Amino acid sequence: MSRPTATWSLAAVAASALALAASMAMPSPAMAQGSTLRIGLQEDPDMLDPHRARTFVGRIVFKGLCDKLFDAGPDLQLIPRLATEWSFSADGMTATIKLRPNVKFHDGAAFDAAAAKANIDRARTLPESLRRSELATVDSVEVVDPLTIALKLKQRDATLLSQLADRAGMMMSPASLSGDVAARPICSGPYKFVERVQNDRIVLEKFADHWEAANYSFDRVIYRSIPDTTVRLANLRSGELDMLERLAATDVKSAQADRTLRVIFTPGLGYQGITLNLANGDAANTPFGKDKRVRQAFSLAIDRAVINQVVFENTHPPTIQPFPPSSPYYRKDIPVPGRDVAKARALLREAGVTAPLKLEAMITNNPVDAQLGQVIQAMVQEAGFDLQLRSMEFASQLRDQQQGRFQLSRVGWSGRIDPDGNVHPFWTTGGGQNDGKYSNAEMDRLLNAARAVYDPVERKKLYDAAQDIAFDEMPLLYLYNQPWYFATSTRLTGFQLHPDGMIRLAGLKRQ
Amino acid sequence: MLKLILNRLLIAIPTLLIVSLFVFALQHALPGDPFLVMAGEERDPEAIARLRAIYRMDDPIIMQYFAWLGQVVQGEFGRSLRTGEPVLGLILQKLPVTIQLAAASMLVALAIGLPAGIIAAVRKGTAADYTASAIALSGLSIPNFWLGIVMILVFAVELRWLPASGYVPFFSDPLGALETLVMPAFVLGSGLAAFIMRHTRSAMLEVLRSDYVRTARAKGLDERVVINKHALRNALIPVITLSTILFGELLAGAVLTEQVFTIPGFGKLIVDAVFNRDYGVVQGVVLCTAVGFIGMNLLADVLYIVVNPRLRGR
Repeated sequence: MSRPTATWSLAAVAASALALAASMAMPSPAMAQGSTLRIGLQEDPDMLDPHRARTFVGRIVFKGLCDKLFDAGPDLQLIPRLATEWSFSADGMTATIKLRPNVKFHDGAAFDAAAAKANIDRARTLPESLRRSELATVDSVEVVDPLTIALKLKQRDATLLSQLADRAGMMMSPASLSGDVAARPICSGPYKFVERVQNDRIVLEKFADHWEAANYSFDRVIYRSIPDTTVRLANLRSGELDMLERLAATDVKSAQADRTLRVIFTPGLGYQGITLNLANGDAANTPFGKDKRVRQAFSLAIDRAVINQVVFENTHPPTIQPFPPSSPYYRKDIPVPGRDVAKARALLREAGVTAPLKLEAMITNNPVDAQLGQVIQAMVQEAGFDLQLRSMEFASQLRDQQQGRFQLSRVGWSGRIDPDGNVHPFWTTGGGQNDGKYSNAEMDRLLNAARAVYDPVERKKLYDAAQDIAFDEMPLLYLYNQPWYFATSTRLTGFQLHPDGMIRLAGLKRQ
Repeated sequence: MLKLILNRLLIAIPTLLIVSLFVFALQHALPGDPFLVMAGEERDPEAIARLRAIYRMDDPIIMQYFAWLGQVVQGEFGRSLRTGEPVLGLILQKLPVTIQLAAASMLVALAIGLPAGIIAAVRKGTAADYTASAIALSGLSIPNFWLGIVMILVFAVELRWLPASGYVPFFSDPLGALETLVMPAFVLGSGLAAFIMRHTRSAMLEVLRSDYVRTARAKGLDERVVINKHALRNALIPVITLSTILFGELLAGAVLTEQVFTIPGFGKLIVDAVFNRDYGVVQGVVLCTAVGFIGMNLLADVLYIVVNPRLRGR
C-alpha cells in the first residue's frame, strides 16, 4: 500500500464522499426556465392524494393537478368546473349534478359519472380519508346517466356543494384509485404529475388533452418548498422563482418598493384569534371561563388596530367576526370596536373580579406569535389582567387545547367557502373544534338549522342571529382577518388571487 | 486491520439497537399526537381514531418497537405518516444530497483550516498566527444562518453570480452542482475550518516541541521536511479524529444551512419529521445517521493506521 501524505488522505476522504454522493445522485431536476413556471411554497405539501391530504400548500398543488366538480369565485359563489349544472330536489334530499363531457384523465381514461361516483365513494369510505366528515350527509351516489350523478342525502345539507369545490370534489382516474395514489396522482387537471422530491420540489407537466388546455401557457410548473420567508423572497428577487405564496408582513413594504416585483393582496377566508376555555376541565374554572363580562372586558382591552400597526405593519385588517369580508354572511353593520380600558375595568368590577386576574395564554413558538402575545399581554394588563404567556410547539399546543389544559390559546382558522365551516365546528355543543366546550342550545339550533337551509337570504338571517349571540357570549375572540400577500415577478401576468389563497394557473403568462 | 474492522462492526450491532430503542422511546415520550397533526385543521375525532387504528398506535409501545425492528431487519423502514412515501426511499433520496454537501463543506474546511493551523503553529506569535486565529474566531462566531442570507443577497440577488438555492446532483451537472454548492459549502466549511485550525495549531505546537523534531532539526534537515514529513504526520492524529466527528455531524444534516439554501437533505427531513411527529421518518433517519457515525469512527481508526504506521501492530 502506498503511503499518501496525511493531508491528502483526509482530503481524499472528503473527495471520495463527494464522488459517492455523485454516484448515488438523483436524476437531474427539470429546472429549464423557458416555459416553466416556478412557484415558491411556504411548506412542503403532504400526501398528494386529495382524499388524504390536509395542507394548504397541498391544495395549491392540486389546483394544477386535479380538476374538481366546482370552484369558488372571488365572491365565494360556486363556479362550474367538472360539474356543469346542478340542482336540489324539492325536498332537498337529492343533489343532481351534470358532468362536463369530453374530459380525460391523465392516463387517457374518460371522465364520466361512473368515475365521479368511484371518487366520491372513495372519499367518503376510505378508512384514511379526511373527507369522510365533509361528505357525512351523503347516503349514496347514483349514476343517472353517463354524464349525470345524483347524491342521495341522509339529511338536507347546504354545505355539500362547497365541500365538492375543494378536495372532496377532486376527480382521479378510477384505475389509479386502487394503487398508491399519493406516489403518482392521476387526475384530470391542466397539469400532470412528473416527479416529487420531498422538501424540495413537485414538478408538473402540461396535459395537452385538458378540456381547457388553451388557457394554460406554461409547459411545466415547479412548486418549490422554501419555508423561510426571507429566503423565499430572495429567490424571487434573484429570478429563481416567478412567484411566491405568503409574503411575510415585514417584507411587504420592501417587496412593494421593488420595481421588479408585484405584490398582490386579498383578505383570506379565515381569521386569527384566541380560543377560550369555557368549560373544558378544571382550567375553565375561572371568572374568565364562567362570566361573559370578564371575556368582554378582555376583548375591550385589546386594541386590534394597534396590533395591526405594530405587529403586522398595517397588513392584517382587524376583525371581530368569523366570516371574511368577501363572504355574503359578513356583518358590515358591526364595526371593530376601539379599545376601551375604562369600560373593561368597569365590567371586571361588575363581575366581582379583583384585579389583577391571573390568566395564562398558550402561544405557538414562532416570532410573530411571541410578538402578538406580548402586545396583548401589555394591553390587557392596563385593564386588570395579569396574562402569562406559555410558548409551545404547535403539535403540543393542539393536544393541550383539545385536552382542556389551557385558559386561552392563540390559534386561527384558514376558513372555508361556506359559512358553516367557520362557525359550526367552533360554536356548537360537541363541535369538532370546540375545544373550549362552549354550549348554548339556541346557538346549536340556529347553526344546525342553517345547515339545512338552501336559500342564502334565509341562511343569512340564521347566521346573523348566531353572530349576535357570539358577540355577546364570546366563545372565541377574533383578532384579525388572515390576509394573503403573494408576490410575483412583474414579468408574470394574469395572476388573480381569490380569498381562498389558491394559485390558479389559467391565464398566467410570462412577458 | 481486518480484525479491527470486524471488531468494530460487532460492537456496532448493540450500539445501533440501543440507539434505536432510545430514539423510539424518546419520540413517543414527546408531547403531541401525530394523528392530531395528520388529521388536518378539522381534527375530526373519528378520523383520528381510524388513523390510530390503521397505524396500530394503540398497541403497547414495546410491541410497536419490536414490530418496527422486525420490519427494519427485513429492510422495510415503513412509510412517512405525512406524505405516504417509503422511509427507505426518502433516506436514499436525501443521502446523496447530504453526502454531497457534507463532503464539499469538509473540503472547504480542510482547505482553510489545515494550512491556517500549520502556519499559525509554525509562525507562533507572529502576525500570521494572529491573523489565522482571528479568521478562525470569526468563522466560529458568525452564525451560519446570517452568513447564508448575506451571501444569498450579495451573490444571488445583487450580483446574480450564483443561484440562491437548490440542489443539483454532481454527476448529472457538475458545473450546476458546483454553482449551487459554493455558498452552502463555504457557510458550513468556514465554521468547521475554525475548529480544524485550532486543533491543528495546538497539535502542531505540541509536536514541534517534541524530542524527535528537535533531533530532526539537529540532523540539519530542511525545515519544510521537518514540518511536512515529521511533525504534521503526528499532529494530524487528533485532527483526523475531529474531522471524522465533524463529518459525521454533517451527515446528520445541517439544518440551518439546508433551510437557508433550500437543500433537501437530512436536516430538513428530520426537522420536519419531528415537528409533524412523523415517527417512521425520525426513526429511519436517526438509525441511518447512527450508522454513518459508526462508519466515520471506523474510518478514523483506519486513517490513524494509514497516517501513523506505528499504530499498525497495536
